[in-house]
Amino acid sequence: MNQTVETTGKKIFETPLYPYRRSADQEPGARAHHPVVVAGAGPIGLAAAIDLAQMDVPVVVLDDNDKVSWGSRAICFAKRPLEILDRLGCGDPMVDKGVVWNIGKVFFDDRQVYQFDLLPEKGHKRPAFINLQQYYFEQYLVERVRELQAEGKPIELRGGNKVVSVTPKDKGVALSVDTPDGPYTMDSDWLIACDGAGSPIRAMMGLDFVGRVFEDNFLIADVVMDADFPTERWFWFDPPFNRGQSALLHKQPDNVWRIDLQLGWNIDKDEEKKPENVIPRLKAMLGDDVKFELEWVSIYTFQCRRMEKFRHGHVIFAGDAAHQVSPFGARGANSGLQDTDNLCWKLKLVMDGLAPESLLESYDVERIHGADENILNSSRSTDFITPKSDVSRAFRDAALDLSERFEFARPLVNSGRLSVPCVYDGSPLNGPDALEGGPARTRPGATCPDARLGTDFLLDRLGGEFQLLAIDAEVPDSVEDGGIAANAIRVSAADDPSGDLAARYLGDARSAVYLIRPDQHVAARWPSFDEAAVKAAIRQATGRA
Amino acid sequence: MTRLITKPNIAAPDDFYADLLAVHEGLAKAESDALNARLILILANHIGDRETLAEALDAAKPKK
Ligand SMILES: Cc1cc2nc3c(=O)[nH]c(=O)nc-3n(C[C@H](O)[C@H](O)[C@H](O)COP(=O)(O)OP(=O)(O)OC[C@H]3O[C@@H](n4cnc5c(N)ncnc54)[C@H](O)[C@@H]3O)c2cc1C
Repeated sequence: MNQTVETTGKKIFETPLYPYRRSADQEPGARAHHPVVVAGAGPIGLAAAIDLAQMDVPVVVLDDNDKVSWGSRAICFAKRPLEILDRLGCGDPMVDKGVVWNIGKVFFDDRQVYQFDLLPEKGHKRPAFINLQQYYFEQYLVERVRELQAEGKPIELRGGNKVVSVTPKDKGVALSVDTPDGPYTMDSDWLIACDGAGSPIRAMMGLDFVGRVFEDNFLIADVVMDADFPTERWFWFDPPFNRGQSALLHKQPDNVWRIDLQLGWNIDKDEEKKPENVIPRLKAMLGDDVKFELEWVSIYTFQCRRMEKFRHGHVIFAGDAAHQVSPFGARGANSGLQDTDNLCWKLKLVMDGLAPESLLESYDVERIHGADENILNSSRSTDFITPKSDVSRAFRDAALDLSERFEFARPLVNSGRLSVPCVYDGSPLNGPDALEGGPARTRPGATCPDARLGTDFLLDRLGGEFQLLAIDAEVPDSVEDGGIAANAIRVSAADDPSGDLAARYLGDARSAVYLIRPDQHVAARWPSFDEAAVKAAIRQATGRA
Repeated sequence: MTRLITKPNIAAPDDFYADLLAVHEGLAKAESDALNARLILILANHIGDRETLAEALDAAKPKK
């Protein structure tokens, strides 16, 4: 990793979940050829592989490690990634284990200045956020891989397999892989590089990764304690126990609490993370009588940067390998999941010869748009939390000071803007927005918001293929263009007495027909069915216009 | 400039000016800076309109 990760503390996940095993590809004289290889079994590589395997695309995942994530990493997962995980068949274990929270408190100096409630909108299957340790997140993804294998889906997970060289070819890539039994080689039509922020593959290909380093260090500690702090997000600016800096306290499952303490730039990292220095800091924050145990202690430096292009021929970068943000706003894994959600259906169409390779250019367009939005938001949060000049500190403190008495100042306070799904406005795949009076939130490019349908939820019925969502409109069972079918989902505004479905999809219109992409984004919409228009929109959404 | 009022708009300007100085009286430089920052945020929120605010920011920039 390129972030400075140094972990002391004891190791809780020592169990190899996908230990190295010799594969047939390693037999002398063998030279395997795979349709898709995924490098990296972090959250993003695993999600990519599950998505592809669910569509019956054979996929091999290579990881130099054999265990789940090490140290304090992601804890906060937003609604959109949870919806994606539902489509990948593993939303339930995450949400069942995760901690749901809605209340946040902001402290300045020695006092609470205000509190907020996320007030999650009703009529959604998934909460606005859950907190869950990244190691659980990865564990449930690995369990999903095992489940798919048991169903006979073509997915292989190879631990102890380190990609050491990548040679792009005209229609694919040649790889060398190092293992405990020595190196072997293979060819693949496609390589999805999910090998993390320090991406060795990016380096092997001599590609850029430019952006901004924030000159600051954060002590990130996960502590186990039996404390009755409520399930809330607490953020401190300039507290007495960490003068001039910030602090965060957030609950995770199993009585584990995430604590972030900003340390500033000129510090001695080795000294700072020694337990004899960490424990007094935490006691000052939590109170002397609270008993706790350290699970992990690390010191991180954060950066915001991205590759200029995510796709390089048949090598496609996703997740932290392609872009990196500071964690304020929980955008890393969240946006990586949106990458593979965007990529996999496109890749499948290209592999099946149903769409031209140029369809993959829209992955760059749409996900670079997403990455830029995340980088902008994370940079702004970081600038608020770590003011870069006297005047920016003066405005920051003024906003905090005023927020106690005046509501107007609260939206100016920025301790992390929590991740919301990206709308692909202006995407070349977007078709017409012909629904007069249609709500802005479901315009072409947007993700479909959920709604309750009886005991069911709309999003459980969407995704994985093109679909025609008809709301109080007549549509045929299926419309096909160039071998790509859009199957009908028929609903009525009356199915949702709360009115959410109508408010989210009809607005002022009386009926609507939506063309929905396999990743649950809206491709086009009309007041009623028009076969020629739908076919044209399918062509548009698959890069054949 | 279309939205920002740049013609005189404050009744009894001398009184306002005196009030402005009076709130700063006895404050150290850092306290005055903090007060100014709060004042700017309060006034900006009162104006609200982004275009007017953009014109105000522009009008306040050092002359090149
Ligand atoms: C303190 C902290 C807090 C965070 N909080 C959040 C949060 O609340 N919410 C959120 O969404 N995100 C958060 N993040 C970001 C999140 O952890 C990352 O975005 C996420 O892990 C990225 O997943 P990935 O699969 O792209 O990469 P990684 O998780 O880094 O996985 C990369 C994988 O590639 C493997 N690999 C590397 N090189 C090779 C090679 N040569 N061959 C084979 N395999 C290789 C590695 O072993 C690893 O398994 C946080 C990060 C930090 C550090």
